[in-house]
Amino acid sequence: MRIPEQIQRLAVITAVIIVSVLIARFLLIPRSLISDELHRASTIQRENAKPIKFAGSTTCQDCHEDKSTQIRKGYHKNLSCEGCHGPAAQHAENPMGVKPFAPRDRKFCPLCHGYDASRPTGFPQINPTVHNPVKPCITCHNPHDPVPLQVPQSCSACHAQIQRTTAVSSHALLRCTTCHNVPAQHKTAPRSVMPSKPSTREFCGTCHGKESTQKDAPKIDLTNHGNAYLCWQCHYPHLPEGRG
Amino acid sequence: MNKREFLKGLILFFPAGGLATILTKRVGAGETGGKEKGPEAPGGKEAKTRPNGAYDPERHYYGMGIEIDKCIGCSRCVEACKAENNVPPEPFFFRTWVERYVITRNREVTVEGINVKSKTARETTQDDREVLRSFFVPKLCNQCANPPCVQVCPVGATFSTKDGVILVDAKRCIGCRYCIQACPYAARYLHPETKTADKCTFCYHRVVKGLLPACVEVCPTQARIFGDLRSKASRLVRFHRMNKVHVLKPSLNTDPKVYYAQLDGEVR
Amino acid sequence: MNAERLQALYELLEQVTGYIYPNEIEIHWSILIVVYPYVTGLVAGAFILASLVKVFKVKEVEPTYRLSLLTALAFLLVAPLPLLLHLGQPLRSYEIFLTPNLTSAMAMFGFVYAWYLMAVLLLELWFEYRRDLVVLAGKTDSRMRWIYRTLSLFSTDISEAALAFDRKAIRAITIVGIPSAFLLHGYVGFIFGSVKANPWWSSVLMPIVFLMSAIVSGIALVVFLYMVLTAVRNQPIDMRCLDTIVSYLFYAVIVDFSLEALDFIHRLYQSEESVKILGSLITNKLFMSLLVLQILLGMFIPLGILVVARAWKFNEDMRKLLYFTSAILIQVGIFSTRWNVVIGGQLFSKSLRGLMGYKMEIMGIEGLLAALVLLALPFLILAIMIRVLPTERLGDQVTRGA
Repeated sequence: MRIPEQIQRLAVITAVIIVSVLIARFLLIPRSLISDELHRASTIQRENAKPIKFAGSTTCQDCHEDKSTQIRKGYHKNLSCEGCHGPAAQHAENPMGVKPFAPRDRKFCPLCHGYDASRPTGFPQINPTVHNPVKPCITCHNPHDPVPLQVPQSCSACHAQIQRTTAVSSHALLRCTTCHNVPAQHKTAPRSVMPSKPSTREFCGTCHGKESTQKDAPKIDLTNHGNAYLCWQCHYPHLPEGRG
Repeated sequence: MNKREFLKGLILFFPAGGLATILTKRVGAGETGGKEKGPEAPGGKEAKTRPNGAYDPERHYYGMGIEIDKCIGCSRCVEACKAENNVPPEPFFFRTWVERYVITRNREVTVEGINVKSKTARETTQDDREVLRSFFVPKLCNQCANPPCVQVCPVGATFSTKDGVILVDAKRCIGCRYCIQACPYAARYLHPETKTADKCTFCYHRVVKGLLPACVEVCPTQARIFGDLRSKASRLVRFHRMNKVHVLKPSLNTDPKVYYAQLDGEVR
Repeated sequence: MNAERLQALYELLEQVTGYIYPNEIEIHWSILIVVYPYVTGLVAGAFILASLVKVFKVKEVEPTYRLSLLTALAFLLVAPLPLLLHLGQPLRSYEIFLTPNLTSAMAMFGFVYAWYLMAVLLLELWFEYRRDLVVLAGKTDSRMRWIYRTLSLFSTDISEAALAFDRKAIRAITIVGIPSAFLLHGYVGFIFGSVKANPWWSSVLMPIVFLMSAIVSGIALVVFLYMVLTAVRNQPIDMRCLDTIVSYLFYAVIVDFSLEALDFIHRLYQSEESVKILGSLITNKLFMSLLVLQILLGMFIPLGILVVARAWKFNEDMRKLLYFTSAILIQVGIFSTRWNVVIGGQLFSKSLRGLMGYKMEIMGIEGLLAALVLLALPFLILAIMIRVLPTERLGDQVTRGA
């Protein structure tokens, strides 16, 4: 059987291509270029060799035990040293030669403590413009054991957003303690014990019930207005008239 | 072809094949995969080790937990990540970032990236009285267990490690950016200097040594916690026990390993 | 990063509306990635037209057979260039051959391209041109003779039996070539359609729509080239050929239009979460390129022209004018289609809450100029090829009396 001339020509070319591809792929190309495991292993090696900039609080306490013990007792106990002092791995390697940054400027603390409405309630916030302007924060507050100069007398130190909301509402002149029982412990260990919320309808009724003598408060008939529920389950007492 | 020719061919074939195999094996053995010896960090998370002291990735499986109600939006995490991982400082490249959500009474949702300051200051002349809910959401690479980015990489430059972290081989990445398109969380970016894809690695270089990722280390409220799902006692396991846990974009079945507690339904 | 790019990004930041994830500000797949599917689409479309002659025995279209193949080849040669220019690390592009990730659609590019180039297009061209190459090798002077001899792979047999073998081979290759062409362009559609993260791209119809618009653009291109070529050579146009091609173009446009309309209706009807931002995308960012260029200029008007041209018995000159116009409009329309898919898919945030902008650079490796050069290059290549390889079978020219 005679192979057509075209096939002969094409067969030669195809054979050349296939053979050169095979030689290149299996002989010339080193395994290191092809193997997935080798690539991944060397990537992981490269990754692990990357320099470490943050030493971690456990490293700091090896030398700075006093600061570490001090901070563990106060409100900043969950902070890591490098959160404020910046990356300190180099300082841990070379304690005398490299010193970490120590924030002393007034601009620093408001990064966390400046008032922002989106911050969760209970987080202590101040307005940096009006709260002892000019003075550096550390003048009055020790960053390793920060306490307010006096135990918060007003709730707004930690509940700034609620206070601001209430301040523009019809309940502005009410004190927080009018409706909330605040155990003394809440001011020193806030998460351990919570203030109470009014537990009866009659409580709100003292101002808003038909028989109340409170002049400005709108009145409702307690017996048939939202019977099954406590008042604050519908009305937000910090902003009762709430815009629609 | 007659018998003689066939035998001749055979005699040549086997040594040739053997030679080829030896050559390739020799070249392959020249590069051994390095197993990192990680010392156990004092007091920190113990990186479980192999009998010879090397870190054993098969005994860990990392994840992160984020509690929305604790995040104060201070961005310490973003700064720390940029410092630790040499991320370009410009506001266009982030391994992790924080979003602010504001939800008003008329169910309007405004989202803002607090790490990206636009010159036309978007005045959220938000009437505080109109705001129903407002919170911060930290975001980062979710280190998915079913990662679309690994699926689409044409050269296999991005891969999952055995301990659940997705890495990019910067020496093999060809910069085609398919992975950047495929990530539903926009966690990846093209590094302007290496022109390869880059993303959060859970600070893998810290984690194998028993340290915490930089963002977790500096978070002042412990809104971010890092944990080992294979560990018997870890913060992440307790996180899963005590919280109703959410992930981002569950319908895409990427099986993320960054878990959110108190995640609002408006978060995308 | 150079200061220019940074400055551009800062400017883009000002154009953002709503919320976008911070990393999304940079548009990664630029105009070069618009050019690539456009070019491979033309390859597939031109080849499909050629296959009409050899597989479906549409004899009327025979005069454009060789032109279609050469067009496909010219564009195929240029196709990898936009990809190479776009890669962050183009020198590593060989890795796609060495360690392709089998789960990635993009990884099949190297193999599908190599297969289509060598086992389909070059092979078919060789069989088609072999006889003429042998004849020309005997006739021309020494310089060209070696070129012809090499191109013919030093073959000499032009007997009836050999020619019959050639014809059979062509038919077989074309039959294999049709699904190969579908794969060559369809996989690009799959690259987009399989990205679940992007609701503008993620669609089952994407590979099909890509393919149909490719066929439309490929046929329209051959119409354009055929008319230009015959005009340049001062030859009479074979109107029967042209009318037949245009009728296939018409059918292709109808199917393409139906598919795109179906996609649109389906999205609106289902009204999934992404429909709001996508609607905003169309009205704010893609108004010109989608509604005006792709739909009005690229689809409705050519469709109208073709309907009128079929319904009304125009004279030859009028028909030529109408066909030429619609061919050009269709090219504009299909290019806009590619733009709307590629760029459009990157102009909205995956948070579904914001839109951003694409600032196309003029100079620069991924700029407008680079794209225009890449689009012009195949025409240059085609011009050179036509000088060497005649677009009509030797002997047919004589009978036509050219």
